[in-house]
Amino acid sequence: MSKKSYRDAIREAIAGEMRRDHRVIVMGEDNAGGAGTPGEKDAWGGVLGVTKGLQPEFGADRVLDTPITESAFIGAAAGAAATGLRPIAELMFVDFMGVCFDQIFNQAAKFRYMFGGKAVTPLVIRTMYGAGFRAASQHSQCLYPLFTHIPGLKVVLPSSPYDAKGLLIQAIRDDDPVIFFEHKLMYDEAAEVPDESYTIPFGEANVTREGRDATIVAFGRMVNLANQAADELKRQGVGVTVIDPRTTSPLDTETILDSVAETGRLVVVDESHPRCSMASDIARLVAEEAFSDLKAPIKTVTAPHTPVPFSPALEDIYVPTPAKIRDAVFAVREGRA
Amino acid sequence: MQHSRQFLLESYRSMATIRRFEDRVHDEFAGGKIPGFVHLYAGEEASAVGVCSQLDSRDAIASTHRGHGHCIAKGCDVPAMMKEIYGRRDGLCGGKGGSMHIADLAKGMLGANGIVGGGPPLVCGAALTAKYLKTGGVAVAFVGDGGSNQGTTLESYNLAKVWQLPVIFVVEDNGYAESTASAWSVGGSQLGRAAGFGMPGAEVDGFDFFAVYDVARDAIERARNGDGPSLIHARLSRYYGHFEGDAMTYRAPGETAKLREEKDSLKIFRKQVTSAGLLEHKEIDAVEAEVSKLIDEAVAAAEAAAPPSEADLATDVYVTY
Repeated sequence: MSKKSYRDAIREAIAGEMRRDHRVIVMGEDNAGGAGTPGEKDAWGGVLGVTKGLQPEFGADRVLDTPITESAFIGAAAGAAATGLRPIAELMFVDFMGVCFDQIFNQAAKFRYMFGGKAVTPLVIRTMYGAGFRAASQHSQCLYPLFTHIPGLKVVLPSSPYDAKGLLIQAIRDDDPVIFFEHKLMYDEAAEVPDESYTIPFGEANVTREGRDATIVAFGRMVNLANQAADELKRQGVGVTVIDPRTTSPLDTETILDSVAETGRLVVVDESHPRCSMASDIARLVAEEAFSDLKAPIKTVTAPHTPVPFSPALEDIYVPTPAKIRDAVFAVREGRA
Repeated sequence: MQHSRQFLLESYRSMATIRRFEDRVHDEFAGGKIPGFVHLYAGEEASAVGVCSQLDSRDAIASTHRGHGHCIAKGCDVPAMMKEIYGRRDGLCGGKGGSMHIADLAKGMLGANGIVGGGPPLVCGAALTAKYLKTGGVAVAFVGDGGSNQGTTLESYNLAKVWQLPVIFVVEDNGYAESTASAWSVGGSQLGRAAGFGMPGAEVDGFDFFAVYDVARDAIERARNGDGPSLIHARLSRYYGHFEGDAMTYRAPGETAKLREEKDSLKIFRKQVTSAGLLEHKEIDAVEAEVSKLIDEAVAAAEAAAPPSEADLATDVYVTY
């Protein structure tokens, strides 16, 4: 057990699984870096350093730099997975999904079903998401609702270094295509993480705070903001339960519904845009399956229906904040629409 | 090169099976028996068999939406294929895929694909697996002239070259991408594009089994030796439309009838082997009779087979969920 960053926890998960299973390989743009150049090999180890050190340990046959060619290498990762390897491919920014989404949602996701149960596609795609980096509209989106929508994909959003390592090991060992979302603002966040390998099952939410006055369901980095809001609310005498589903597909509906049965009040925090988001998905779930448990309308805290703005003044308004979450809890407590 | 009698008969059998299968599916589709879309490969047999007759269990292929021919050539079960096309529960894909997604991963057939250009990246992946696990296997991406323009195909040429993958790209140029001519839609040339990506390329008469065999042999050997990808540009023709129901008004009057007369891979093969004294007509006729029986039985079995039930709808979306 030691203090590890989200970044290091992810790297440890990958390295541990590569030592354990020869079939696990890594590929992505600059995942090592320096391919064909006169300078250093492993020059970057990933654009934010997550995969640094892997190529020196495992070799260039196993940690592959790619040309900038997502449709080919994400498709190759799908084909390699269907033919016996266990690739961890990196989609550097989830915003780039546009150039390779077919390979993910029409190919990898559907092989098993279309081929009558005979395909096994143990593909992991790691990808960065989220705003706050001032990276603007094409490098800051969330987009996990789009992947959640697709039958055949599993979608994972770790909110902490501990969860990142356990969920990624689970993802690598999972025999279905898994999209693993890493919030780019969280890489330096550090916490106690076991040194040994461990797994966290998919479809099992983590409850980070317990309280009877309201339920907050939050995703990814928003879990940390919800925790901050919960701590402040506690000082004001309001107790909230914070649920981190960890995976949007599969989704732990039971924990959410059980909590709403207890509190009767729901706030959903989702950094996505509001339409067809996880916020709307959870609201549908509770409104349809636990309507009589609700004492107030559901409140969602999301980004607006705009692209991510560049200027820090605007981006800071775009992203949900603990204050907005706190205000949403007050609203559901008062039953205000 | 010298081929054994057995190899010649098996190759003819494979081509004839494709032809009779497709002609029969055409008839049954016209009779309203087959749901959805079908895209028939009749006319192109020499390409599929010229290549696949040299592949073994280490090797993988990916096809296009026009996948029945490649599926048969790779050794997939013909009655199971017919059941799949009819949407039956014990079809090759459990009735879940149909004609456009017909596949058998156990036979190295990574599937027909409903997305034009869907195959080449997958083939790069299969080739990567073969290279990494040192199986000695190769992977073949069949693409049409239409698919040759898709970004995924061109990116796959580049990736296969940069990673030195054991891939063979076979561009089956039947002259038409849906309703437009390949002469119009392909900028530059197939061989020019291969050269542009640093790959050896060869153009071949796609009606001539032996010509296809020879260029494919070189490409396969190159791949197995670790010398990277190659491209084969096979010029051929499809007798039927892009899809069944296509009136083919974009083709010249009498074009397909003329093709069946003058450009028939089965007739060409028969003439080549009999005039060289390699096989006798009666041996080839015997194969035709067996193929005819196989297709008749496959259709009868498909018609009689049960469809999937509601209990099958939600199975096999995931391994576990």
